[in-house]
Amino acid sequence: MRDALPGVAVRAAALALGVVVLLWLPTYVSDFRQEQFALVGMWFMAILGQNIVTGYAGQISLGHGAFMMIGAYTTAILVGHYGWTHGYKLATIPVAGAIAFGAGALVGLPALRLSGLYVALVTFALAVALPQFVTKWPHFTGGTSGLPLSYSDIPGNHYLYVVSWSCAAICFVLAWLLLRGRTGRAFRSIRDSEIAAVSAGVSLPVYKTFAFAVSAAFAGIAGAVYAIISNIESPQNFPLSVSINLVVGAAVAGFGSLWGIWVGAILLEFLPIWSQSAPGLGQNAPAVVQGLILILVMFIIPGGFAGLLRELARLPSRARAFGATNFARTES
Amino acid sequence: MSSVEQTFGGAGGHVTALRRLLGPRSTGPAVVLLLAYCVFLVIGSLKSTQFAQQVVSGIASGATFAALALALVLIYRATEVINLAQGEMAMFSTYIAWQLLAWGVGYWGAFFLTLAISFLGGIGIERLVIRPVERGGLLAIVIVTVGLFLLFDGLALRIWGGLPRDFPPAISGSPIRVGGVAFSVQDLVTVCVTIGAVILLWLFFQFTKVGLALRAAALRPDAARLVGVRVSWMLALGWGLAAALGAIAGMMIAPTTLLSPTFMQAILLYAFAAAVLGGLESPAGAVVGGLAIGVTINLLGAYIGWIGSVLRLPAALAILLVVLLIKPSGLFGRAAVRKV
Repeated sequence: MRDALPGVAVRAAALALGVVVLLWLPTYVSDFRQEQFALVGMWFMAILGQNIVTGYAGQISLGHGAFMMIGAYTTAILVGHYGWTHGYKLATIPVAGAIAFGAGALVGLPALRLSGLYVALVTFALAVALPQFVTKWPHFTGGTSGLPLSYSDIPGNHYLYVVSWSCAAICFVLAWLLLRGRTGRAFRSIRDSEIAAVSAGVSLPVYKTFAFAVSAAFAGIAGAVYAIISNIESPQNFPLSVSINLVVGAAVAGFGSLWGIWVGAILLEFLPIWSQSAPGLGQNAPAVVQGLILILVMFIIPGGFAGLLRELARLPSRARAFGATNFARTES
Repeated sequence: MSSVEQTFGGAGGHVTALRRLLGPRSTGPAVVLLLAYCVFLVIGSLKSTQFAQQVVSGIASGATFAALALALVLIYRATEVINLAQGEMAMFSTYIAWQLLAWGVGYWGAFFLTLAISFLGGIGIERLVIRPVERGGLLAIVIVTVGLFLLFDGLALRIWGGLPRDFPPAISGSPIRVGGVAFSVQDLVTVCVTIGAVILLWLFFQFTKVGLALRAAALRPDAARLVGVRVSWMLALGWGLAAALGAIAGMMIAPTTLLSPTFMQAILLYAFAAAVLGGLESPAGAVVGGLAIGVTINLLGAYIGWIGSVLRLPAALAILLVVLLIKPSGLFGRAAVRKV
């Protein structure tokens, strides 16, 4: 029942609406908000990566923040140490994606031998351990105080918005192309049953590693964009909670679907801001709300926002089926 | 069914119990390896007091890893899932103890009160949060434990703030010196309390009716249900015991690391490595794994300058990876047999 969403026309209309909103938004919101929406685009890409590996290929990764960190440091080091400033800054983004791709493949390799739970453990450990390496080589990475990108060209917020959402759009199209065809089918078959997938001729080593690599590349690109937005990269930017947040975002968005990702991205960016102004919650405790939301989503709509959409889309046909049975009953 | 345990029973026989403690026969190589490692440690300690000192403090931290690893194993056996919130639950319990102490309760009063609260809290969490998604598959349960992780993290931050706080040791005193090696009182208490708790737990599992029911529920839930064990309550009991063990680990570690909302995250990684090293299904393995990880990490940090104090966490990650790649079932675990 993958295609339970209504037909091509509705999807195209939804996509067009999304593009229009994205183009119109910067003319409506303040300059300050544009930076926040640039960060929404960043989360969008990271959740996309998380969703590919967890939602489509069925591998529970709890360490995608580590890949974001790898991407962010790639950009920060290229800009800070090798002078890829001004326009060249954008050229660091694909490099960050490529390096994160390689790192993801490396993590995917041991995951080949491991079953679900152990993959979760290893990626969790990766997210905890990786920031330690930054403090190990402070000359290169800037240590705990961080590595500033550049002092001279600090980009404006509208520029950041355009960069972030352009990258997000490219990633989204790439992911869609990848997932709609052979590769996407292979991913989903691994998720649903590894044994069935192998017997249908899907190569586990190739596709599992590939799933990790691609999703890590998206997370790495998100990290690079984050480094450009924040203009400084430090290990405090990517604590364990970032990886955890990505799981929250992907779960709220809905695993195994691309339609809800924007909801997860908005939640991750604005929930901390909303919860600060919420009465009775007090500051610096968005984690409480996130945790509650996560548990409630799993209780009520395990499919996340995309699952909710799917249910809504099914309603008309269900009503029809219900009417038909009632009709049949009265006939007999 | 993931295990091929043939004989369940042997509730009374001490011989069976002992054999169970030592593990099935296939763990021979693991035992030899461990003995060789012990011999290495003993010889090293006899040659150099510096080395002995590192081993001793490694054992102390290893004991706390063992307690947390055992908590993970208890829940794994009950629910077949790793509780990612185990560390944060332990952190929260430690904050409860801190609060009780701040209200003027004596140390041991606060200690046991915290254990009781954690135990009940663990049972409550299983009933309220885990049980509803139990049939939702691995992903749903893992995600819910992630939710718990966030919840406790945020609650601790909300209630007690992010600033690190001092946590008092159980008994303070000057270190006891034996042949040039200083045994700090806190380390001794840590080892005694955690190992004592582990032994108590083992006795409980091995020689009481409830313990037997718990093992039955973990090993063969359907068969256990048939003979009248209330399996779902046994799972909740497992969560309660795990929460209490985590609380012990937290209260023993906090005096050295300071108490903060994130202080258990690194410890949890060590406990993961310990539990996997021992074999996720084996309680004895978790304890041995915890001690081994504690000593090894300490020695690596002390003697290999490149690792130092900074790369200890990545070293634990490396151990975790190596174990998973070479022998995923760990030292004492049984190789998983999957039914197709």
